[in-house]
Amino acid sequence: MTLGWDYPLPCRRQRVEADPYTHRLVGVLKLELKGITKRFGSLVANDHIDLVVEPGQVHCLLGENGAGKSTLMNVLYGLYDPTEGEILVDGKPVVFKDPGEAMAAGIGMVHQHFMLIPVFTVAENVALGNETTKAAGLLNLEATREKIRSISDQYGFDVDPDAMVEDLPVGVQQRVEIIKALVRDAEVLILDEPTAVLTPQETDELLDIIRQLKRDGKSIVFISHKLREVKAISDTITVIRRGKVVGQADPTASPTELASAMVGRTVSLTLDKAPARTGDVTFNVNHLTVTDHNGQHVVDDLSFNIAKGEVLAIAGVQGNGQTELTEAILGVQPHVTGSITLDGEELLGKSVKHVLGAGVGFVPEDRTIDGLVSAFSISENMILDLYDKAPFARGVGMKPGVIAENATRKVEEFDVRTPSVSAAVGTLSGGNQQKVVLARELSRPLRLFIASQPTRGLDVGSIEFVHKRVIAERDHGTPVMIVSTELDEVLQLADRIAVLYRGRLVGIVPATTSRDVLGLMMAGVPAAEAEASASAHAHSGTTTAAVSEPAGLEGEPHV
Amino acid sequence: MSEKTTPEPQAASRDDAGEPVEIQGPGGTTPEAVASDVVLDTAGGQMPPSAVPAATQRRGGDHDGEGGGSVLHRIFTGNAMVSFLSVLLAIVLGGILMAVTNPKVAVTAGYFFAQPGDLLTEVIRPYAALVQGSIFNWAGADLAAQLYPITETLTVATPLICAGLGVALAFRAGLFNIGAQGQIIFGALLGAYVGFAWHLPIGLHLLVVILAGLVGGAVWGGIVGLLKARTGAHEVIVTIMLNYIASFLLLFLLTTPAFQRKGSTNPISPFLDSTALFPELLGPQFRLHAGFLVAIAATAFVWWLLNRSTVGFEFRAVGANPSAARTAGINVARSTILVMAIAGALAGLAGVAQVSGTEKYLSGGVAASIGFDAITVALLGRSTPWGTFFAGLLFGAFRAGGVAMQAQTQTPIDIVLVIQSLIVLFIAAPPLVRAIFGLNPRKKKTTKSGTAGSRTGGVKSGAAA
Repeated sequence: MTLGWDYPLPCRRQRVEADPYTHRLVGVLKLELKGITKRFGSLVANDHIDLVVEPGQVHCLLGENGAGKSTLMNVLYGLYDPTEGEILVDGKPVVFKDPGEAMAAGIGMVHQHFMLIPVFTVAENVALGNETTKAAGLLNLEATREKIRSISDQYGFDVDPDAMVEDLPVGVQQRVEIIKALVRDAEVLILDEPTAVLTPQETDELLDIIRQLKRDGKSIVFISHKLREVKAISDTITVIRRGKVVGQADPTASPTELASAMVGRTVSLTLDKAPARTGDVTFNVNHLTVTDHNGQHVVDDLSFNIAKGEVLAIAGVQGNGQTELTEAILGVQPHVTGSITLDGEELLGKSVKHVLGAGVGFVPEDRTIDGLVSAFSISENMILDLYDKAPFARGVGMKPGVIAENATRKVEEFDVRTPSVSAAVGTLSGGNQQKVVLARELSRPLRLFIASQPTRGLDVGSIEFVHKRVIAERDHGTPVMIVSTELDEVLQLADRIAVLYRGRLVGIVPATTSRDVLGLMMAGVPAAEAEASASAHAHSGTTTAAVSEPAGLEGEPHV
Repeated sequence: MSEKTTPEPQAASRDDAGEPVEIQGPGGTTPEAVASDVVLDTAGGQMPPSAVPAATQRRGGDHDGEGGGSVLHRIFTGNAMVSFLSVLLAIVLGGILMAVTNPKVAVTAGYFFAQPGDLLTEVIRPYAALVQGSIFNWAGADLAAQLYPITETLTVATPLICAGLGVALAFRAGLFNIGAQGQIIFGALLGAYVGFAWHLPIGLHLLVVILAGLVGGAVWGGIVGLLKARTGAHEVIVTIMLNYIASFLLLFLLTTPAFQRKGSTNPISPFLDSTALFPELLGPQFRLHAGFLVAIAATAFVWWLLNRSTVGFEFRAVGANPSAARTAGINVARSTILVMAIAGALAGLAGVAQVSGTEKYLSGGVAASIGFDAITVALLGRSTPWGTFFAGLLFGAFRAGGVAMQAQTQTPIDIVLVIQSLIVLFIAAPPLVRAIFGLNPRKKKTTKSGTAGSRTGGVKSGAAA
């Protein structure tokens, strides 16, 4: 991997032909960004960034959250004016005043958060802003439908033009976004963190789509911080750190090298952990069933246990009962039957305060919703569940001095980067917010530690930190339950893995189980069957998982 | 950033609220050593880089849902500067309105170039009268007459402050208490009854009256909290309905022998015992009574409650993020009931200030429009205790001065209502105010650094007040 300056070679023109309708050359759009600088006040989001996107190339922008990738792409897409620098299309300088002009020049963008109207059909969404009309201004959706069908057939998108967008899975919604760009004859497609919302299967499908687009001469700018995908798909990798290009990397570079370039220091992608020294089984869940307001069993007759000093990871695709399971243990779910015991004490039916008081540490899956009060200061968030306990309060009077002192100590211990403990938690980055949650939950003597999606949305450095803390708590002799939809994380932390599918337990397997088997189990295939099926696949040599990596990568976090 | 604003309304409104934002450039610590620093984030480019945490941007569109009724929340807890500028703007616009409707102004404008002073005098006269009637009467014969206006202001402000605190407190717990009117009436009803029907020794009597008022308001507010917590009934609807019930119950009771004054055909109660009245602070020639001291004490109490007590911590946590409060083991239902009871008690105190201080008897108009003005007062005070206190004083001054203004300059007292309404209008539209005063942070960002930081300061001080 080269980390110095390394301009790519001048492009070779491939297919040169004019589109009969748009009179634009097809498949030859070469995009260059020269010295792009974007300042917001004193803040330099992009600092003299040079970038060349060759036709028919997948160009990855790799960088941590906040490195300036999205800002750069928004400059390119006409959403921001660059403070300095210029954009060249096929060697000619252009200025995009708004996304419309960028689109007209052949640049399409798929945002991280989809720009779709949920109650419109696919065709209506695609036509939006570009509607063709019949006589008397009537909407001509048939033309759009036809285009969607042809694109859908060409790339195997399998999208029904008349489906309501809100009824479609996230992966299909993303395809609708891609169709939107293609209908407008995009030659360069910017995908901003496209896999953040996808399941592993959907991710594989997306990568296949990208390969097809590339074959058709489209250029793809793929923004991501997930090394596995970046390595799998890219032709060129540009690493951005703190608004600057720190170098170009080759897709063959090792994940550790890429992660180090991204973070700016050496990072370890493998977690060093000793084998679990398990003690007595203290946490038991028996025949737990959670019924939702529709009468559905969202958690269905679940039974498992966790021993002291052991990590049980709950794996599964998002929305298979994980949230309800953790909330049932915490005591915020209504309509729960079965039993949950900790050290022999029944927790079901007890108040949240009682459960927390019994020594349950709880990291909710969405820290901004359930974990933190973003308008509150760090100090206040650090005692969100201990505000009425000594030493933070005496009677109804709180002790701001003690609270601030506690926060100062915890901020130090958990390495929360903040100018002050009185800063609102909402001003912190995701990683630092999660550290605040961890600092709070791990500061009590625990008898059970539950963490849902403990590293969701975090950068490499923070993930490393969180994982170390979780393992430290395990080695402290606490039963630990991790809920994660990231297979990498599950494999890295778990001593045993329980797979959930539609609220039911598919099976509990050892942490040495292969990704393929777990992937099948996450789709509801029982453990034994999955094992057989996966080994059959391996023999025939047709592994469908496009991004499944050699064994050396197994320990990699989902960066 | 240029005129090109962000494409997502959420992003715009988040920023407009003057939310605490923080900018940390790449220079803070050794860049190479920091992996998980406070980072610059632009929410996939949807927001100006205000270090919006990665976690919140992930939720994108539905982030607004946090805390419930976010638009309202932003309006109620906005920027102190916006509040101040809104008042200023409303006064200027009110002045223009008075000028164009005053025939004398038209006359003097006719010879503006000959004697420009006349026009200015005519324009300023109503406001001069307002100040004269609310703060200091320089035309007064003696010191007492000169100071009379300010004592009037304080008298009128007393119930406004108490009721405003009730609205502000409920709002901090995420509840929009429109029901101060009904709570005032219930506080006044119970307080007055104890005041004229019971005959207790001096000192004790007043305490019992205050207690009765607190209980009356607390019950009327507590019902709302109870219904909300147990059945999910929306507090706005419930409080509005309870206002009607309280009003008509009062009118009905004033026609019953238990409440109606002996020998009177009017629906008014007997005078309260002298032992049940707040002592006059500055002698009988002024109306100012000890209720004002109670209002100061109530403000201090609410400050302590919100900022220094575990109960207030629960209220604020529930108000700012009920899900997180619940996950942290806070009993949201209990908080809802308790905060409405305390809010009602504060409004009930306003009722006591009316019957036991200003009016000295109970009538159908005892609450006037105090309960509704209290909403504006809390709004102007950004739901902070001391902010509400000073907003109450300002509105008291408007009320007291408005009377003098009408008497002296024939300017209708309704102009005061117009000014009050304009204040609310401007506070509800911070971007408008900022645009008028050229304070729009979006424009400033490209030219001047640290705008976001200074806004943080404003919000911080507001929260601390």
